[in-house]
Amino acid sequence: MTAARSARKGTLVAVVSTLFVATLLAIAIGSSPSWPLVQKAFFDGTYFSTSLPDVVDAFFINIQLFVLAEILILPIGLLIALARSITNPAFAPLRIFATIYTDFFRGVPSILLIYVLGFGVPALRLPGVPKEPFFWALVTLVLIYSAYVSEVYRAGIESIHPSQERAARALGLTRFQALRFVVLPQALRRVVPPLLNDFIGLQKDTALVSILGVVEAFKQAQILKSANFNFTPLMTTALIFLVITIPMTRLVDRLAAKDRAAQQGGAR
Amino acid sequence: MSTTRSRIAIGQTTRMAVVVMAMAMFLAACGGSAASPSASLDASCAKDKLALKTAGKLTLSTDNPAYSPWFQGGNEGATVWTGDYNNDPAKGQGYEGAVAYAVAEKLGFATADVVWIHTTFDASFAPGAKDFDLFLNQVSIKAERAEAIDFSSGYYDVAQGVVTIEGSPIAGATSIAELKTAKLGAQIGTTSLDAINNVIKPDTEAAVFNTNDEAVAALNGGIIDGIVTDVPTAFYMRDAQLTGGIIVGQLPSEGGVQEQFGIVLEKDSALTACVSAVVDALKADGTLAALLTEWIADKASAPVLK
Repeated sequence: MTAARSARKGTLVAVVSTLFVATLLAIAIGSSPSWPLVQKAFFDGTYFSTSLPDVVDAFFINIQLFVLAEILILPIGLLIALARSITNPAFAPLRIFATIYTDFFRGVPSILLIYVLGFGVPALRLPGVPKEPFFWALVTLVLIYSAYVSEVYRAGIESIHPSQERAARALGLTRFQALRFVVLPQALRRVVPPLLNDFIGLQKDTALVSILGVVEAFKQAQILKSANFNFTPLMTTALIFLVITIPMTRLVDRLAAKDRAAQQGGAR
Repeated sequence: MSTTRSRIAIGQTTRMAVVVMAMAMFLAACGGSAASPSASLDASCAKDKLALKTAGKLTLSTDNPAYSPWFQGGNEGATVWTGDYNNDPAKGQGYEGAVAYAVAEKLGFATADVVWIHTTFDASFAPGAKDFDLFLNQVSIKAERAEAIDFSSGYYDVAQGVVTIEGSPIAGATSIAELKTAKLGAQIGTTSLDAINNVIKPDTEAAVFNTNDEAVAALNGGIIDGIVTDVPTAFYMRDAQLTGGIIVGQLPSEGGVQEQFGIVLEKDSALTACVSAVVDALKADGTLAALLTEWIADKASAPVLK
């Protein structure tokens, strides 16, 4: 009874305070003498509806790029993480390569990498080497994000207590079997939320392909913006990205909550 | 803008769902559009009566880098327009540089009273007050654009040209029909892209680059077969930026309407009427034609493709 009442009271306070802050913000923005100008330049209804079909159409390039990249990044990132986790001295070169790989591709700005790969490599005019911008954008994203993702995997693997592996070895599993059947299943479940987080970043970075001349959603918006000197098409693109990424963000939250509940074994 | 692209087939319902959701979210932000007054008052254009950004000085602006033949004379001593092939607009050389100083002089400003600042193309039409009085950056006059800024009368009649390199599939093309199968590129924000879509109508979608330099890199890399740009820039690319560059030809104007470059001013600027009057006067007295001969000369036109 008391709990229900305090919950109701909590909701009421939340609603009132949210409304209060929203109203203050609206008043502050709307009171600016330049607001009508900004509204016309960034939130024009006509430019929004005329740009929407073009931008949505172009957005499918982003989706193709994102889906293909994700399919490649998941296994490559895992392989790099495993290469870094090997302790056997004989595999030192592999470990060193994986370390350099993650250091380099996490450190280099993706925009520079796409310039070098997308414009530089085709200019070599080597026979058989693709020159398609889409291909080089895909390569750039896979190189960079598999470096990020491998670190996420590695954190997951290292978070599994060593006793798990020792127990598995004691039961007669080989080192590989212990990794495959005991460590990885637990590690992967733990890293799902941070992985999805990286993939939201990946989705937004698909706009990088526009540097190579491909007309994807962001470039389409820029074209329309420059044609009419109105920035609304950029807002259209922002919304389309949000329409895709917000449900993903919520999914991440739910998975995290579920994982927490599972780990607490149903205790409330 | 024509959009006859073929993309991967994705369920129509998914597409509609995205459209509808985005629409709904946007409407909340939109509200009603404000009407804008468009009264440009007719003031006396005497120098001391002009509403300037800095009293007594005419603040001119262009983007960086500033390329030939629009700006010339190099950049010795410049702090902003630095680097190879870049030009300091304060030299007053090149077609736009010369037009800028001719306009300034006609308005009564001595060379010493002219100040140059750097403004990016996007910033030139962003809402709000501008830092410049006049912005000259090969901006084509369009009715939709005039909603955001003011244009002076046109100071240059634009023609679009096609440039390529030796070994490209369109290196020997002599007609528009031969360009249809080509992968063409243009700089973003240019009417060159409109020319590709509306005049050439190629089978493959045009590539759109942030700058002409990237279009040149793509042409060199074989990513695209040719670049569409204004004719003087096409000549500049052939002579300065490309190895084995070839001018394929000039495109006929779209729908018979002559495209023009205009000076950009802040929306509803009190200067617009005066500047337009000055440009008209420079056109009438033959100054613009003389500057054209001086700076662009035989590079203003190429054989027209049919």
